[in-house]
Amino acid sequence: MSEYLLRRFLLIFPLIIGITFLDFIFINLAPGDPINAMIDPMVMTFMSKEEVQARRAELGLDKPLVVRYVSWVKELAQGNLGYSIMFKNSVAKLIRGSVGNTITLMVWALITSVVVGIVLGIISALRPYTKLDYALTAFAFTGVAMPGFFFGLALIYLVSLKAGLLPTSGLVTPGLPPSVWDSAQHLILPVAALAYEGIASIMRYTRGSMLEVLHQDYITTARAKGLREPRVILRHGFVNAMLPVITIIGLRLPSLFAGSVIIETIFSLPGMGKLMVDATSFRDYPLIMGGLLISALLVLLSNLVADISYAVADPRIRYQS
Amino acid sequence: MSTTERANISAPVGTAAPIERSSRIVTPWQRFYHRFRHHKMATVSIIFIILLSLMGIFAPIVAPLDPTKTNLAQALQGPDATHWLGTDPSGRDVWSRIIYAIRISLSVGIVAVGISVAISLILGTISGFYGGKVDMVIMRITDVIMSFPGLIIIMTVVALLGPSIYNVMAVIGLLGWPGTTRLIRAQILSVREWDFITAARSVGVPDRRIMFVHVLPNAVAPLVVAATFGVAGAILTEAGLSFLGLGVLPPAPSWGNMLNQARSISMLERNPWFWMPPGIMILLTVLAINFIGDGLRDALDPRMKLD
Repeated sequence: MSEYLLRRFLLIFPLIIGITFLDFIFINLAPGDPINAMIDPMVMTFMSKEEVQARRAELGLDKPLVVRYVSWVKELAQGNLGYSIMFKNSVAKLIRGSVGNTITLMVWALITSVVVGIVLGIISALRPYTKLDYALTAFAFTGVAMPGFFFGLALIYLVSLKAGLLPTSGLVTPGLPPSVWDSAQHLILPVAALAYEGIASIMRYTRGSMLEVLHQDYITTARAKGLREPRVILRHGFVNAMLPVITIIGLRLPSLFAGSVIIETIFSLPGMGKLMVDATSFRDYPLIMGGLLISALLVLLSNLVADISYAVADPRIRYQS
Repeated sequence: MSTTERANISAPVGTAAPIERSSRIVTPWQRFYHRFRHHKMATVSIIFIILLSLMGIFAPIVAPLDPTKTNLAQALQGPDATHWLGTDPSGRDVWSRIIYAIRISLSVGIVAVGISVAISLILGTISGFYGGKVDMVIMRITDVIMSFPGLIIIMTVVALLGPSIYNVMAVIGLLGWPGTTRLIRAQILSVREWDFITAARSVGVPDRRIMFVHVLPNAVAPLVVAATFGVAGAILTEAGLSFLGLGVLPPAPSWGNMLNQARSISMLERNPWFWMPPGIMILLTVLAINFIGDGLRDALDPRMKLD
């Protein structure tokens, strides 16, 4: 397995180069003088023309594209993602301040969609072609086709405005001391809105995979040797059916990220998605490109984790010498 | 050989009984049609999409009012005889805007997928057929593009180019090819190993002919299915972008930008007739296209059993 893991790990380096290079090309396509993006605007007001020129030369902004790329990557490695035009602040600091909320939202949505999706998928597979199965399938098809923003708005309308059960937006109730219960109430609707698509797709894959596994000979063998049905389904069926589902869970992360952009905007959650939308509306290119880069690197990292967990879970890869 | 026997040979194992009993030769198209019709939701969906397209094409006749004409005196009215679904905050007729927006949604879906299918046919074929370094480079590029969350990179590039319906179509298409490219590549790699390809090679059929006449047509079925789901995905992406105010901008009507105006809590609470219909239209359209994709998958997969 270690050889597989090593090869998989080495693969991220060409990808990091590709991702940063693409992001760098976008930065170069953006209008405006790149020097403005690379110096703290507060500091720049006190700098003389010569000092700005010196910094420009130091950053290599007068050199050809490839040289500029290398010096830009050097700056990146030191944590300098440039400066936001809109907030007059360092992009790295702005992202650090908001990425936590996005990750909280995504992790809860992922947990919800995995747990609910797998449970509903198994129920569907154990009673195939019944009314229950058809109802769950309809629920799944709707989830895949549902635009996140419409579902989010509908949840706010029904649950918050009509039923008055949960808050409509934000992360905390102004004026109340921060508490876990209060944040949880604020998170229920956004998490539900973000998780629906994932529930639907994980459910479909679980159902398909489970149906396929339950037709295998080793399930018949397990039943023939007199194992109880729950043990057959969980120990022999479920465990084997989960292997392809692990890959699907890993593939969900980019769409969770994209979904959080819309969900954070609707629910006014101060996360990276909302930051990106604000930056795009304001044409704050340094912030847009910084957010784009960080989101791609996070996806890269989570794909690596997904592949490793797949290798750990699948004995055919685990025991490969 | 009687015609019945020939029908049996042309039909794959496990095909439905009515085909085998028929005394005619069953062409692949007839088999496809029969199998597609078997999927009831797909049949209903295709009728829905045809009606929707007709409404979009004949929008000037079908829509009762001008979709872009503002009338502030009549802003935010509830449904009545003139305005079937009421009016928006600028006094434009919601029902007419919904009908005109069909044009935007469907054309974005079709054009964007057309672009990405064309790119992936070329790159996927090259990658699968030649392999080696070219394949490696193309695959690494797909890896890089797929690392970026779709909506976020599309949002960025549309912002660079400026939001407009044409840029939205182009960008969704130009960034949407990696998935289908991998699909075609995988298909070609598997079809290449089939015996009839070896047979063609052994009688000296040139490479190019093998590629275009023997391999590609056999590799294309999953692409048709993926492209159909792709149209649904592109429609959702356009709606999402326009909802965020970064795609199709008003006064041009798009289902997404109609919902954008409902983001204030007071609008959301008091004017549900205004924001619900465009949302339901997106949902139904995407649902219908996905059902068609599902029906196509059943109809095109020769291993699928019908009973």
